[in-house]
Amino acid sequence: MSERITKNMARNIYFGGGLFAILVFTGLTFDTVKQIPKLSHDDKITASVALGKKVWENNNCVGCHTIMGEGAYYAPELGNAFQRLGGGDEEVFKTYLAGWMAAQPMDIANRRKMPQFHLTPEQVTNLADFLIWTSRVNNQEWPPNIKG
Amino acid sequence: MKYSSQMVAKPYFIFALILLAGEIVFGLAMGAQYLYGDFLFPAIPFNVLRMVHTNLLIVLLLFGFMGATYYLIPEESERELWSPMLAKLTFWIFAAAGVATILGYLFVPYATLSASLANSFWPTMGREFLEQPTITKVGIVLVVLSYIFNTTMTVIKGRKTTISVILLTGLFGLAFFFLFAFYVPQNLAMDKFFWWFVVHLWVEGTWELILGALLAFVLIKTTGVDREHIDKWLYLIIAMTLISGLAGTGHHFFYIGTPGYWLWIGSIASAAEPIPFFLMILFAFNMSKNRRIQHDNKIALTWAKGTAVVGFLGAGVWGFFHTLAPVNYYTHGTQLTAAHGHLSFFGAYVMICFTLISYAMPILRGRPHGNGPKSQKVELASFWMMVLGMIGLTLALTVAGIMQIEMQRLPDAAHALGFMETQAAISKVYMVRLAFGVMVLLGLLTYFYSFFVKEEKAYA
Repeated sequence: MSERITKNMARNIYFGGGLFAILVFTGLTFDTVKQIPKLSHDDKITASVALGKKVWENNNCVGCHTIMGEGAYYAPELGNAFQRLGGGDEEVFKTYLAGWMAAQPMDIANRRKMPQFHLTPEQVTNLADFLIWTSRVNNQEWPPNIKG
Repeated sequence: MKYSSQMVAKPYFIFALILLAGEIVFGLAMGAQYLYGDFLFPAIPFNVLRMVHTNLLIVLLLFGFMGATYYLIPEESERELWSPMLAKLTFWIFAAAGVATILGYLFVPYATLSASLANSFWPTMGREFLEQPTITKVGIVLVVLSYIFNTTMTVIKGRKTTISVILLTGLFGLAFFFLFAFYVPQNLAMDKFFWWFVVHLWVEGTWELILGALLAFVLIKTTGVDREHIDKWLYLIIAMTLISGLAGTGHHFFYIGTPGYWLWIGSIASAAEPIPFFLMILFAFNMSKNRRIQHDNKIALTWAKGTAVVGFLGAGVWGFFHTLAPVNYYTHGTQLTAAHGHLSFFGAYVMICFTLISYAMPILRGRPHGNGPKSQKVELASFWMMVLGMIGLTLALTVAGIMQIEMQRLPDAAHALGFMETQAAISKVYMVRLAFGVMVLLGLLTYFYSFFVKEEKAYA
């Protein structure tokens, strides 16, 4: 097949196809950026949610866990932790998370270990608020079940 | 070696190989921690191991690309490198900054690093693969800019070939998309969306241009096929890369809070992403079949063909397995993702670095016809150990992923196993993965040994 295609034709496919692809992708990017605030309930990002994201980042949580399926696969998905571990109740979840964080690392031989991060009670609350907000993002009903 | 400034490539190649050894050692440590949670804990928790593992990969590939460029660009441009001094200086700065960052990961708690002045002034840490402190990121930008500047000046002042122009296009793309690493919006969905502008548009976009150009260069040198022919193939490959790969970014926008149309666009566009990799196979084997010369460095051509084949398997086939939205709904964030990640990075990018090193290092060491037959034999053994080790590791992770999906994802909530129970149930498979990982390390050590094989008589 390649005998019928000349170098000039190939170059034109590259420039034409490449330019077309860039334009399509750029257009979709603008539309997505316009839609994300509504899909993710941007207006519900309180100061505590924003601080919670910082706690999440500053302790490299994504180095073990996934969040909405992205991250490392060593530890459970946390995008739906609010439903799975807090039963969808904010107070229950916050109490659970505070207890969980304080109990790390757990003394079970050769279980995968979570480090002790020495978070302040405020930071744990921020983290909980961030995970609660995340669990409400409209992400096409992923994951398939509560187990994450 | 035609131009003395090509010599600056040598430290880049050597350092890339050292980093690769480090990457594999940390990978093995992670494999062990998957099975024995107390291994190295609390000295080095998993997130630190992983950060070192993945960051070493990125940095070693950048070193490999830089070495390859500094070797290739003078020959393509038919003139000395614009500034060998700058290239040498950049090497030391990049190496020192890289080592300092890795030591920081290992010896300073991550939260302390991220609380440092430079990061809190402009926070960019704590995102997968982009964990580097902001100051390191700024350093990467400066190093890459000096690299691109040096390359551009050499190309401008010398002969312009399709290979050098496409390589430069890839490098400019690499630099441009890295800038998104500095944008961390407080909305997690928006954050994830633009995070992929670095990650996907590097590995499934601009890096493929670099890969294509490097592969084309080695094929010209080892087969003697004329440029018209090589250039045509190169254009077709990168055309398909852009056409499928840009909108193909959409296969990451299924379940992270982005609009639903990505389910369709991402599935359709990314289903075409294996095409450029398949073209690379046709390219490498066709050029090899129609070769005009018998180059004595046979192993370099073996690496070139291997890159095309394993790149296609890892990026093309393993990518396609889970690229359609209805499938990805169940596979997203499982060990299947890890399987694909391992074979694609190794096949496409680590192997193209081996290809260049295998071709250029003997020349840089004063052996224009390649290493002697004994050394090439050892290198061939190392080739198969590493390739089969990586394929075995990938198959193990694939089995782990399928088991994970069967136990944790497919059943309804009442019958599905939890994450930790599922992981315990597939631990035997992780044992197999670790064994293949050891094979890869042994392969790399064999490769290192091939540098020191003594030929019986001087090989002219």
